[in-house]
Amino acid sequence: MIWRIDIYNKKKSSCPKIVSQVKDLGISKSFEVFQHLAYYLDCGLSKDDIEIIASKLLVDPIVQDYRISQRFFESRPSENQIIITYNPGVCDPIALSLKNAIKELNLTIQQGRTARVYEFSGLTSGEIKNIAPRVLFNPLIEHILDYEKVKDVVTLDEFSGRDYKFELVNVDILNASDTELVRISEQGCLSLSLDEMKVIRDYFKDLKRNPTDCELETIATLWSEHCGHKTFRGHITYKEKDTKGNVLKTEEITNLLKTTVMRATNEIAHKDCVSVFHDNSGIVKFDDKNNICFKVETHNHPSSLEPYGGASTGIGGVIRDILGTGGVAKPFASVDVFCFSPWNISYDDLPHGLLHPRRVIKGVTRGVRDYGNRMGIPTVAGAVLFDDRFLGNPLVYCGTLGIMPKEKSFKDPKVGDLVFVCGAKTGRDGIHGATFSSKELDEQTVALTSAVQIGNPIEEKKVMEALLRARDKDLINAITDCGAGGLSSAATELGEEHGIEVDLDKVPLKYRGLNYTEIWISESQERMVFFSSKEQVSELKEIFDEEDVELTAIGKVTGNKKLILNFNGNKVCDLDMDFIFRMPVSDKKAIWVDKDKVNPEFIELNDYSSAVTDILARPNIACKDWVVREYDHEVQAGSVIKPMQGISKIAIADASVVRPDLKSEKAVVIGMGINPYYSDVDPYWMAAASIEESLRNVVASGGRMDKTYILDNFCWGSPQDEEVLGTLVRAAKACYDFSVYYGVPFISGKDSLYNEYMVKGKHISIPGTLLISAMSVVDSWAKTMTADFKSAGDLVYVIGITKKELGSSEYYRMLQIIGADVPKVDIKTSKNILLKTSELIDKGIINACHDVSDGGLASALAEMSIGGDMGANIDLNNLAFEQGMCDGEKLFSESQSRFVVTVNPENCKKLERVINGIDFSCIGETTKDKRLNIKGSAGKIIVELDAAEMRSAWMKTFDNFR
Amino acid sequence: MKPKVLVVRTAGTNCDKESAFAFETAGADVNLRHINYLKKTRDFSGYNIICLPGGFSYGDDLGSGKILALEIVMRLKEALREFIGRGGLIIGICNGFQVLVKTGILPDLDFTQKVTLTFNDSMRFEDRWVNMSVSSESIWLKGLPEKIQLPIAHGEGKFYSSQDILAEIEKNGQVALRYISEDSCDVIYPYNPNGSINNIAGITDKTGRVLGLMPHPERFVLKHHSPFWQKADVVPFGKIFFENAVNYFK
Repeated sequence: MIWRIDIYNKKKSSCPKIVSQVKDLGISKSFEVFQHLAYYLDCGLSKDDIEIIASKLLVDPIVQDYRISQRFFESRPSENQIIITYNPGVCDPIALSLKNAIKELNLTIQQGRTARVYEFSGLTSGEIKNIAPRVLFNPLIEHILDYEKVKDVVTLDEFSGRDYKFELVNVDILNASDTELVRISEQGCLSLSLDEMKVIRDYFKDLKRNPTDCELETIATLWSEHCGHKTFRGHITYKEKDTKGNVLKTEEITNLLKTTVMRATNEIAHKDCVSVFHDNSGIVKFDDKNNICFKVETHNHPSSLEPYGGASTGIGGVIRDILGTGGVAKPFASVDVFCFSPWNISYDDLPHGLLHPRRVIKGVTRGVRDYGNRMGIPTVAGAVLFDDRFLGNPLVYCGTLGIMPKEKSFKDPKVGDLVFVCGAKTGRDGIHGATFSSKELDEQTVALTSAVQIGNPIEEKKVMEALLRARDKDLINAITDCGAGGLSSAATELGEEHGIEVDLDKVPLKYRGLNYTEIWISESQERMVFFSSKEQVSELKEIFDEEDVELTAIGKVTGNKKLILNFNGNKVCDLDMDFIFRMPVSDKKAIWVDKDKVNPEFIELNDYSSAVTDILARPNIACKDWVVREYDHEVQAGSVIKPMQGISKIAIADASVVRPDLKSEKAVVIGMGINPYYSDVDPYWMAAASIEESLRNVVASGGRMDKTYILDNFCWGSPQDEEVLGTLVRAAKACYDFSVYYGVPFISGKDSLYNEYMVKGKHISIPGTLLISAMSVVDSWAKTMTADFKSAGDLVYVIGITKKELGSSEYYRMLQIIGADVPKVDIKTSKNILLKTSELIDKGIINACHDVSDGGLASALAEMSIGGDMGANIDLNNLAFEQGMCDGEKLFSESQSRFVVTVNPENCKKLERVINGIDFSCIGETTKDKRLNIKGSAGKIIVELDAAEMRSAWMKTFDNFR
Repeated sequence: MKPKVLVVRTAGTNCDKESAFAFETAGADVNLRHINYLKKTRDFSGYNIICLPGGFSYGDDLGSGKILALEIVMRLKEALREFIGRGGLIIGICNGFQVLVKTGILPDLDFTQKVTLTFNDSMRFEDRWVNMSVSSESIWLKGLPEKIQLPIAHGEGKFYSSQDILAEIEKNGQVALRYISEDSCDVIYPYNPNGSINNIAGITDKTGRVLGLMPHPERFVLKHHSPFWQKADVVPFGKIFFENAVNYFK
């Protein structure tokens, strides 16, 4: 029987946020909308019992009331009311908590479900139906309850009568022609090429049998772009052409990853690198007791379909990467970088099938918020960038850092170990294709639903606590997380060395009806796989029981180097590990064609005050407090430099600083570098600038180059397009060149390709976007630095030289110009500038340090002024610059290798002694009067702004998001 | 003898380790225990101080602190009555404060819910530093200056009650901490970050031994926790809370 409990606020009030979103759709008339929650309970309980549940568990008696009824609807609802609930099979975390909590009252229910009830006044039912999927719910995961369909339904069990009856499926490939092989791959959504299918056919010819569906799926998963990184590890024929089309060089690249990013790390051979490009994240030394690790992932495609679920499972996934590093690491900080489309596009101009950027932005930021905050991991650094090309394909980078005792840095799987799965149960989540047959549901919806998932952070939090306790008792020999490919990739990768045998029928399921292959490849969230010895089972069980985490032994480590899977005693998979991990090498072509680009003539203005405020209001530069404050960046109490701080509490930090272990004085500095716009001119210099920016950010906050490590995350378009792949190769080459140049090794990385979408029959590819994430270990948290002006009368220095480099700069893009002269990193000076700036901080000579990046010197000075709530008098005549530059170019050039620092006049000599030999200039001093005055070359004031004006320009852009 | 502190944790507790660190630094002997363990033992006899730390117990899925509050009421009421009766100290921080009001331990130790902490007026989770005035004689607050700063980080921190209950709490001097503005402007958002009535940030029982507060004192026990330690000398106000409790038993 279904009971329904509606929970109302005593004080009924309209939801202003929904009203304003509806108004954005072009509905101008005035109306109100009221929202409340409803719980459905499927159980045999009496009304008195339901009263107990409602009054003791569901209602806050001070501000809420409740109402009990039966069935989905007591009677036909009025036309101005709609009820929204999850689609079958979609994780409903609140319902799971509810079911468990009810046990505390000594009552039980079979199943629960939550729903949101909306009541409108002032809109027609047609208008409500029209706006609902655009504002109130996402059809991929939710639907409106249809009175006619559910009025007689008496159970919440959508899976009754759908029990699975075992039947082994073999796929005939031995007799298949090439065309049939391609068809088999396409129909099974295997994404295997003909060449790969042929290799598989040959393998099974030797075995004299056909593969099972499960075997094919396993191979497809491990050979996928996602798990196998075919493009980066494949063979590429690379050509470079000049602007006239002449071939400058041709190169055969055997393995892009090994010849660029990994080669740099090998050549640098940093003594503190512990485990790089090997485990789920890169591990380096922290101190004598502990190591730290860092991984950044992307979750772009899921976030474009369902921003909230996609982003939350993105952060959930990367946290599991850290838990699955070595013998379990403890996450201590997270980072996130988002690339969105500008949100001012009208709904009428929005291409069919795409979500409005406003919705994507809100969904993604909230998804990360709700998951990250509940995990108790501070989200400390990041960036938000905007470009039109991210409209159908936003980028969502999520990263996490972890710490572990140094002796827990490696996996040690042993023959005879048991294979455990722990955490959430397995459902159909993330299974490609629609194997889920249901007559009631639209086929297409189901197919899409299974691609999108909702995270359940509380489950992962419990898993984390249980694993850390088990680790500290030495109960775990080897561990990895279930990510893409689910058990099929996790268990197989962990079992590669020795071989494993798994009984799929032992895997705990969310609901009935899953076949053996679905169980094996399901991507249900919040699961980990690990190996432990038999002797440790009871101790493990004790910990996992207390933490309320499901723990199941599903198999064993065999030593026969095979992957064997059984279902109720039937063998469904029998593959050689050697074959699974011998992925065929793909062949691709890449070409880089230099294009003719021109520099526009720079139009010099008499006054740049409004140009400065316009730059501050640009979405890339404007204040992102609305994101930062929604993330708990102080939990774990390790914060040394917060993402927003200073006396104004809105001073932005170049990098964040965190102490992962409060017993150690050491700290970790975390900074990011990203600038996809420079890709439009030259991806080589884009990559160089991104690397330098990440290092500048780290250095400006007190990090040291010799203890800094970086990660690469490439998000690119389709590698099947020769020119797109050419830009990727070019960026990867810069990664090698500059990593070696700085002596800063890559320790981990990831690529996400095929970031493109169709609009009106036209392919739109994102700009080649490389995120560089840097972390640096510093000996003392006290020797770190922030960017805001500290005291009046300090002298303002610019370290480095300003050049005429405005190509793809924030200022040019504001004027809708690309230009030619993209900022380049000068290898004669860059490293020295970074080292000397570090030295200034280490010796305690300076009071503030800010790197110069987007928006140039103008935005750097303005940010320091806003942050310190203090002014400065600046004279551009004193600036060190390349000949032939006008004032506007000096203000907005984005030349690399520059810092603005402030120094007490007493320390001037010390400062100049340290930076002797590199370009620097003293351009002015800080003032009490909260005004930024900049004098131009004609001796005239060209910028005159008070801190309040700058602050308001910088704040207003995102007013609607606060 | 070092005073014994019990830090209670459950699924979704976040601030247990830093709360334990704050008590240890202040000189206490700290045990971290899962609620499932305590539900079996039902015994607080070895402890002087109980701390309910911050976090999202059970994801706050049925309202903040609701499920943990129910567990405490169902299983630990008698043990807690005994603990309170013999003069033990209790602090509930953020989610712990939500648990204290939803169990009805605050404001009157009678296990009857009279006040609540509900969704912020902004309808958003927010992490920010706030200014507060200290307005009670509670032993937890001894030696604090009139005006202090601490960080808050919550989505459901709006203190709310009927006018009668509010008047009672005010009359008894049970308001421990109140959000204040800078200078002397009105205490509007973001100074009052959540819309709490009478700008209430924390309350005590009538004895002052049980304190519940939304801000996080355990996040300001070290100099570098301050958002502006690079610019000015700072006093880690949060540290004083923990030292007060520990010294009370010395």
